[in-house]
Amino acid sequence: MDILTLFVALPILTILALIFAKDLRQSRTIAMVGSLIQLGMALNLLFAYFNEKTINKAVFVFVKDVVWFESFNIHYSIGVDAISVVLILLTSIVVLAGVFISWKMAELPKEFFISLVVLSTGVYGFFISTDLFTMFVFYELAVIPMYLLIGIWGSGPREYAAMKLTLMLMGASAVLLVGILGIYFHSNADGGALTFNLLQIAEVNIPFEAQKLFFPLTFIGFAVIGALFPFHTWSPDGHASAPTAVSMLHAGVLMKLGGYGVFRVALFLLPEGALHWSWFFIILSAIGVIYGAFAAIKQTDLKYINAYSSVSHLGMVLFALLMLNKTAWNGAILQSLSHGFMTALFFALIGMIYGRTHTRDVTKLGGLLKVIPFISVIYVIAGLASLGLPGFSGFVAEMNIFVGAFQHDNLFYRIATIVSVSAIVVTAVYILRVVGMMLMGPVTNDAYLQLEKATWFERTGIMLLLIPIVIIGVAPLWLSNAILDSLTPFLAHLT
Amino acid sequence: MNTVNFLLMRQEILLASIVILLIVAEIFVPANRKKSIVHLALLLFSIHTLVGFLPMAEGILFGGMFRNTTLIHLFKNILNIGVLILLFQSADWLQHKIFSQDRGTEFFVLLFTSLLGMYFMISAGDFLMFYLGLELSTLPIAALAAYETHKLTSSEAAVKFILSAALASGVALFGISLLYAVSGSIYFDVIAANIVQNPLTALALVLFLSGLGFKISLVPFHFWTADVYEGAPICVASYLSVISKGAAAFILMIILFTVLKPLIDIWENIMYVLAVATMTLGNLFALRQQNMKRFLAFSSIAQAGFILLGLITGTQLGATTMVYFIAIYIFSNLAAFGVVQAISQKTDKENMSDYEGLYRTNPNLSLVMMLALFSLAGIPPVAGFFGKFFLFTATASEGYYLLVFIAVANVTVSLYYYLLVIRAMFLRTRPDAIPYFKSSLYMKIGLIATVLGILSLGLYSPLYEYIHELSSKLL
Repeated sequence: MDILTLFVALPILTILALIFAKDLRQSRTIAMVGSLIQLGMALNLLFAYFNEKTINKAVFVFVKDVVWFESFNIHYSIGVDAISVVLILLTSIVVLAGVFISWKMAELPKEFFISLVVLSTGVYGFFISTDLFTMFVFYELAVIPMYLLIGIWGSGPREYAAMKLTLMLMGASAVLLVGILGIYFHSNADGGALTFNLLQIAEVNIPFEAQKLFFPLTFIGFAVIGALFPFHTWSPDGHASAPTAVSMLHAGVLMKLGGYGVFRVALFLLPEGALHWSWFFIILSAIGVIYGAFAAIKQTDLKYINAYSSVSHLGMVLFALLMLNKTAWNGAILQSLSHGFMTALFFALIGMIYGRTHTRDVTKLGGLLKVIPFISVIYVIAGLASLGLPGFSGFVAEMNIFVGAFQHDNLFYRIATIVSVSAIVVTAVYILRVVGMMLMGPVTNDAYLQLEKATWFERTGIMLLLIPIVIIGVAPLWLSNAILDSLTPFLAHLT
Repeated sequence: MNTVNFLLMRQEILLASIVILLIVAEIFVPANRKKSIVHLALLLFSIHTLVGFLPMAEGILFGGMFRNTTLIHLFKNILNIGVLILLFQSADWLQHKIFSQDRGTEFFVLLFTSLLGMYFMISAGDFLMFYLGLELSTLPIAALAAYETHKLTSSEAAVKFILSAALASGVALFGISLLYAVSGSIYFDVIAANIVQNPLTALALVLFLSGLGFKISLVPFHFWTADVYEGAPICVASYLSVISKGAAAFILMIILFTVLKPLIDIWENIMYVLAVATMTLGNLFALRQQNMKRFLAFSSIAQAGFILLGLITGTQLGATTMVYFIAIYIFSNLAAFGVVQAISQKTDKENMSDYEGLYRTNPNLSLVMMLALFSLAGIPPVAGFFGKFFLFTATASEGYYLLVFIAVANVTVSLYYYLLVIRAMFLRTRPDAIPYFKSSLYMKIGLIATVLGILSLGLYSPLYEYIHELSSKLL
């Protein structure tokens, strides 16, 4: 079996093993072993990719192509470039951290881990696919377990949140389906056969009229899961109700599918449509960036704060992608990565704080730095990374995004950029406000003095997420170069 | 004509002999051993299903009244598998509820006769054979719907069904007679060659469509559906929604694509409107249902709307995807009805709220139900997703993007109410949840068969390619 198919095959094996697990201990062990191997494979893929790239100059490497439905020309075709490789690495780290954070999952543990692994199967499959149909299958496969994950193991208005999230995301994928069919039936515009293959479609000159029609459908279809304003409303409710590991996976990984899909499908296959519509979606994503930041200030629930912060940060990803230039795109990919680690870390920490204090209301918390120093210090670090302090991944990403965005000398772009940049200041406000209220000051509740220190599995989960943030922040160049290298064919296609 | 030609009617002859054999058995099996007729019937029908897979020649009989093509043959096999699964699922109910009243054998006789009617209907080469098949398939169902005689709703269902069916077939007959008036023949081939678009043929088309629209329960001919499904025994409702609907949709496709092809400009538009109305109204009514049988009734109306999408195209792609979708739909809906049947049989509970907490007590049944609903909703990797995706692809291939858009919006709405059932089973708990129970062996076989179908039909592509190959000869 080839190196990429293993990424889908291993989770399936894990699921089969989990079916026979009897209790929490067995389930979590199986899930942990499975995710550890997955992480090992992802690291191996990273090195293998760098080796392969020195001899293989194709857009996608490790390609494999198997005919699936012949009469539709549907193939199971896979391949990766640097962008998918780093996102796969992100996924494997977040999944493993998620398993550690769910170490004490009491209710229906087997089912919980199975749903989690199904979700990750969808995500891995999505990142390795180079065929629109296969991609779409994996996309839906990744979304649907969320319903059970939030609905069964969630808290608060979990039924409402789960239903809202599922319907909005599946509604978006329904719109996306129309877009994909539109692309498919114009993939023979130059006289060839109809195809779902990304690279083959990219060589076709799809008529401008069709691009104009199908770009918004494809873009919105993907961008809803990337929290595009005004379709972001599923995200705060969903995150607030979800159990910790699910929030981590969802904000850390699943929402990345949006930006990735926009980049791979909407922008790559419909470049003229993108140019035609970019002004409109730039406005929406800039609103998202600034609106998410301001909304986060007003919230007192830690999870809502972080959820709106995600809306803001992922708004930047969409914003950067629409800038259609190399620097901004590089920033978008880095931001996806950086936000993935950061937000997963935040949700993990919030879960730990909530598990101990039983409240997520910042106004009720106080002085936690004195009682749970490890968790608190990491929270501060994550906060600093989130507001873009140099030395952490957030700075590298946002720097690239805004430098790239400012390269446009058109007034519209300049204004949009300035508006978006100002969100960074607002980010500092809500991050530091939480740090001040929750961590500093006197301990507000005597019961907090007895809080349990972070356990070994919690520390492991946290460190897994923190290390990449620092690595990207301190030494971004190797990553940046690999991504830039992979961006080149996509840029060339744009002009 | 020599006797070898009758091999073309092999399946009809075999099924008719099974019916006669069962009547004979009914006479000779002593009263205290009547229950074993269930095993006999299952065995005979299993053999019949297996024999159906032997290859069969194409050809016509009786001067064109009856014909057989590989596509029709395949479809008969699909119907056979559906009925076989249905029999497995209802065997327990028959043994315990029906045979104790000494009315068991008649159930099989009526069911097989109805299936025989469907064989003739889809094999028809002229409108006489078509009409005979239609009636033969409809009338026994009315008797079957009334089978639970101790329930008033069951008799009500039967009366409603027979009255609506009579009206519908009368209207269809009027349409057929108008077609005869225009073309001077009842043979499909002659009609196809002789009709042109004019107001009279348009009227004939509309009348004919309303007759078949009743069987497929298209809006606005759907009013009988929910009441009949609710009142009739579950396996009869299942039969109506799966086998009867599938066969009617199939023959509708054949007639529209071959006989009424010259009128494509008219029926394309009619089908467009019917598809949108059926999907949308079926969905909207399904949203508020509490009784599982009514719920599945409206869900199957909405699914009928999707089936029409394949018809609109009038192309080979449309025909292929439609047959493929029907095959998948049969498995998915049988699985859903099977679970409802299993639960109702043990506990007499049929409301969605009774299903709360079902996963904690009966995980396997809940998982089967979840797979069935995901398949109906079109969630990968189960088969329903592939069925829907390809149907939409067929629709889009003719440029009907707006229709695809309406359809996918409807898919999202349908996902909502399918998730309601999953919510009840998985998300909620209640202290008086249905306790754990063991299903009979036959029921297990019936459910496992549907699950295998749901899991394999989509991911495994050769079935689609096979239908694609067969349907190329249709046009």
